Formats: sequence, C-alpha cells, structure tokens
Amino acid sequence: MKKKFLSIVLALALVLSLAACGSDTGSTGGDSGSQTSGDSTGGDSGSQTSGDSTGGDSSSAPSGAAFKLGGTGPLTGPVAVYGLAARNGAQIAVDEINAENGAVQFELNYQDDTHDAEKAVNAYNNLKDWGMQLSLGSVTSKPCEATSSMNFEDRVFALTPSASSVATTEGKDNVFQMCFTDPGQGAKSAEYIATQKLGTKIAVIWKNDDVYSTGIYNTFKEEAGKQGLEIVSDTTFNDANATDFSVQITDAQSKGADLVFLPMYYDVAALIFVQANTMGYAPKWFGVDGMDGILSVDGFDTSLAEGVMLLTPFAADADDERTKNFVSEYQSRHGEIPNQFAADAYDCVYAYKQALEAAGATPDMDAAALCDLMIEQFTSMTFEGLTGDGAGITWETSGAVSKSPKGMIIQGGAYVGMD
Amino acid sequence: MNFLNFLISGISLGSIYAIIALGYTMVYGIAKMLNFAHGDVIMVGAYICFFASSSFHLPPALGILAAIAVCTVLGMTVERLAYKPLRQAPSLAVLITAIGVSYFLQNSALLLWSSTPKMFPAFFVLKGTAADGAETVRNSLQLFDGQLTISFVTIVTILTCVVIMAGLTAFINHTKMGKAMRACSEDKGAAQLMGINVDGTISMTFAIGSGLAAVAGVLLCSAYPTLVPTTGSMPGIKAFTAAVFGGIGSIPGAFLGGLLLGVIETFAKAYISMQLSDAIVFAVLIIVLLVKPVGLLGRQISEKV
Repeated sequence: MKKKFLSIVLALALVLSLAACGSDTGSTGGDSGSQTSGDSTGGDSGSQTSGDSTGGDSSSAPSGAAFKLGGTGPLTGPVAVYGLAARNGAQIAVDEINAENGAVQFELNYQDDTHDAEKAVNAYNNLKDWGMQLSLGSVTSKPCEATSSMNFEDRVFALTPSASSVATTEGKDNVFQMCFTDPGQGAKSAEYIATQKLGTKIAVIWKNDDVYSTGIYNTFKEEAGKQGLEIVSDTTFNDANATDFSVQITDAQSKGADLVFLPMYYDVAALIFVQANTMGYAPKWFGVDGMDGILSVDGFDTSLAEGVMLLTPFAADADDERTKNFVSEYQSRHGEIPNQFAADAYDCVYAYKQALEAAGATPDMDAAALCDLMIEQFTSMTFEGLTGDGAGITWETSGAVSKSPKGMIIQGGAYVGMD
Repeated sequence: MNFLNFLISGISLGSIYAIIALGYTMVYGIAKMLNFAHGDVIMVGAYICFFASSSFHLPPALGILAAIAVCTVLGMTVERLAYKPLRQAPSLAVLITAIGVSYFLQNSALLLWSSTPKMFPAFFVLKGTAADGAETVRNSLQLFDGQLTISFVTIVTILTCVVIMAGLTAFINHTKMGKAMRACSEDKGAAQLMGINVDGTISMTFAIGSGLAAVAGVLLCSAYPTLVPTTGSMPGIKAFTAAVFGGIGSIPGAFLGGLLLGVIETFAKAYISMQLSDAIVFAVLIIVLLVKPVGLLGRQISEKV
C-alpha cells in the first residue's frame, strides 16, 4: 500500500515538474510563472473594468466620435509587467491624441488575458461585443497567436505591440507587429556583433523550453556562421534547472569565449552575472530585448551588469523631444522608467493615427472596411516613432516590421546608446 | 580541474537540495504526509529575510531569526487549518490539500510582493581592504591560482546541513519529544493510548520542519539570488526527489540523496547532455527505486496484517 502510494506521488511529482517545463511557450511576453517579472500584480487588477478606458484621466475621454481600439494583455499574473506597461504606454498616446481634438480620436479598452490563450479569446470576444473597430492584438505571443486567428476570421485589423513570434502574423494578412520578430533579433544581434567587432569567439547560453529563446538562438547561430563568428560554447538550460549555471559558465570560460550571447529574460541573466562574478569570469555580455529591465531588479548590484550590451528597439535615455516627453509623462503617472513594451504600444497608437488620417477613415466605418484601409496603409506607409532608429519604420506584407534595433550598453548603472 | 569544479558545483547544488530534503523527510517520517507546500514555505522564509535586511536594515543574523520565527508560525498555522481536519482522511486527500496550500502560498506571495524579481543580498562575504586601500569583497575561496572556486555559501550550506542533520538525529533519538515523535510515526492510535499528545507532537514536527525551511530559503537564495514567488517550487520538487532517493523518512538519507542528486545533475549537464540532464536525474532515481524501493538509506518496515 505504502509503496503504491509513494509511486503515485512520484508520478505526480514527475508530471508536475514536466508541466513546469512544458508550459513555456510564450514569447516576448513571456516566460511562464516560474521566474519572470511582473509588476504590481495584484494592485492594478481592480482598476480594469470592461467597456471603459482605464487611465482614469479626464483627458482620455474623446470629445466626439472615436475609434474603438481594443487589446488584451496580462494585466495580472506572473508576467503582468508586460501587459501593464503596454496598456500604460497606449493610454498615454490615446490621451495625447484626444487632447489635440483632431479628426482621429480613440477610445481604448484593454482587457486582461493573464497570458493565457483561452482567457485571451474570451477577452477578445468581450471587446467584439463592445464594438471594437481596431485591435492591438495581445501583448504576449501565446495569447496573440490565438487572438490573431480571430482577428483574421473576423476581419478586424490588428497591430500587436509586442507579440514577437512568427506564428502571430503567419498567413494572416491583417495582423501586423510593432516589435521585431524573434528570428529577426537573433540575426540582427549576430550582424551587430560582427560589424562592431565585439568578439570572435562566442558562447551562447539559451533556454531550450522557450520559443522566444530558441527562436533567437537558431537564427543567431545561422547568421553567426555567415558573419564568420565562431561559436565555441553552446550551452542551454530550462525552467527546471535555471538555478545553477556553473557548468555553462565553466564551459564558456574554458573554451576561451570572449563574448557571451544571452537570448533570455533578465531575471535569469542576473543569476548568470552573479555566478560568473563569483567564478571570476568577465567576458563581454550581449543580450536581446529580454535583458531590458535588468537594472530595475530590486536589490541587484548593478555593477555586475556593467558593460552588458543589448539590442533594444527603444532607448529611454534618448534625447529627442518625443522620447523625453514620453518618459517624463510615464514617470509622473506610474513612477518608473517605461520599458520597450510601453514604447511599442505608444507607437502602435500613433501608427494607427497616421494610417487613419492618411486613409481619411471616420469612426462610423465598420471594422471590415477599416481593415482593408489599414492593410493598404500599413504596407505602404513609413512611420516614425519612439522605437527604431529614426530611419522610419515600415511593414512587410507579412505583417513583420522592419526597424533597426539600437545598440545599448550599461554604464554606471544606466542604459547608454552604443553608437 | 574542470572535473573538480563540476564536482564542487554539484555538491553546492546538492547541499541546497539536501537542506530542503531534510524538512520534507522529517515531516514525512513523523506525520506520514507529504508536505508539498514545503518549497513555498522556503520562499516565504527567503522573502521575510530579504525584507528584514532591505527594508528594516536588520543584520543578517536577525533577518534569519525573523524568517525562522515567521515560517515556524506559518507552518503550524497551515498544519492547524489545512491538515489537522484531515487527520482521519485518506492520504491522497491530504496530498491534494498540500498541493492546494502550495498554490495558495505562491499566489498570496504574488499578491503581496508582486512577481518582480528581487535580488537576495549577499550575506556570506568577506570584506577586507586591498593593498591600495580600496574595499574588497570576496564571496569565494580561490584555490590553485583561481582555477578552483569554492563559494562561501557552499561551505556554510554544507556545514549547516551537517549540523542540522546531527541535531535532528539527536533530537529524535534522545529527547522526550523525539520519542513521542517516533511513537506517533509508528502508530498514532497506540501513541494516543499511551498518553502522548499526538496533535501537539505533529504540530511540533511542522514547526521544526518549517523553521528548517526558513534556513533553507536563506541559503538557497544566498547561492542563487533571484527571488520570485515561485522560487521554492522547483527546488522543492527536486528536494522531494532527493528525499525519496535517499529513503524518505530517513534523515541521513535526505542528506545523501540531496548531495547525490546535485552531483548527478551537474555531471549529467557537463558530460552527457545539457538538455537531458533532468531526464537523466529522474532515470537514475527510477533505477534506484527499482533496485531498492525504499531508497538508499530507507528502512524496510514490514507491516503486520
């Protein structure tokens, strides 16, 4: 009896641990529960009511007829930091636009999907009942893969701020992205390392149960080969053993890697920095957009991240007027520096504004008519936003965005532009 | 030299598993139930210690004491509210309750402290002054010209583990309370008939187990300093495995199982396959249990019918 009981329990333990590994299919938005970041998870959930824009700011109310703009994102739960940032960024843009009293005004409605595909579909249906005309898709990839199929069937145009997996836009002519795709980041990183001659012997530590990390890793490896970069150490980890990195670091160290590429989220990267420091290993570190946020980890010794390089579409320290205004507005409202999710969502709203104005669309048009207009506009227009490097952002017919990432380096505890 | 380095990191990881496994095995050995919430009590302990030192600027020792106190109370409360009403229920019901408590603690932590990762402060460092007057902070022992690194946390963890193991063994074998615990473990009904306060004894077991969890939490987060509400769950499952590996209920077994698990995991990662390391660990566990179903140091108790 006892043995049988124990074997049941063991089987359960195995299943639990597998479940913990397997749940990780989200992309930019995320890592499932076990180790990603989220921000004021509980605190903000109450403020989200359906059918109402949640900024609570009087300026957000449109003065006349407005386009109904809806989106879903994790406003609660383990990756709430991404959803809240996107919602806050979009809300600032909407408030600014409505305050101008122009022809194009918006009514924003963000619904909580807790980074869950099923809930995202429910949230999407809520938005449809509300009369959504234009969609911001979903913030994270896994839910967005579900809602974008609905967008495609219902002919509601979608522009997602941050769902970066390829499957989000694949085969859907009316779903567009504001962020780089995962494969795009890998190739861009390899190119950047090669052209800036940052290193020749490269080590990669990637997460094998995460589509985000694997997607970047695969294209990085491919592009590194073309660029003549030598990957001397190729090591990996997963959710279940994301604590001890001594084997990976020893491998990179003993093979003489002078640059370590980390396609992962900042929480794990912080652990790697601490452990490498203990082991006396100090290569150049190179991260991707998931590294964005490492300086805001509570209690993190930022000197460990000194010299860490990363590619990100948004630099909060950029000195152009728009970025400055956005950062100070965001800070005064939410008390923190906006990350790229906020900036991407902000850009989404302005991209809509530009496209709607160019197409001469009016809020009384139905979603399907707007959808056709938007497809035409987005495939032809050039947009300038907070993200990208000033050369303008364009979209391919596939829905993927083309914009150049900014190389950033952490110096003196702050992100500084590299070039 | 790499081999030695891997061995040391294996032992370092294993000693963390071992210290968590001690709590699991202690509660299982006496209350005959698997407290799946143990990993989450660890997480709570780590958070208490984190806030004690970052918000209240208490010295590390006081922070650890605060964590132990809070976790002990938490453990006893959980036992009183969730497990005691189920004392006569089938063990599967208790198990499911424990999983429920685990999720409850995780989500409460998520609400209270949000899921933004916190970096646990480094307690085990040597502060010194370099030749040029600059302050130096050392967190590891460098041997053979820096080719071999042993971090202080590892040394502290192993020492703590041995002390706790010895202390627990002595407590259970040589004190009156320990005797009562062994009696409850063997037969609750008979123990009650002999005038032993079974509820009090089990409550005491949980208090000790949860206090140990607080210590484990501090050591876990000192070694691997990212702290999130799910910090305890994966190490908890691994430590449970370690406890079964060593023979659940056996205190030296938990220590041995933890160390072996850590070393096997590290070697599997280093020499066989990084992607399959967990599969290899669990395969070893299955083989051990096939050959010796009670675990490495488990005792075979024949049940009389």
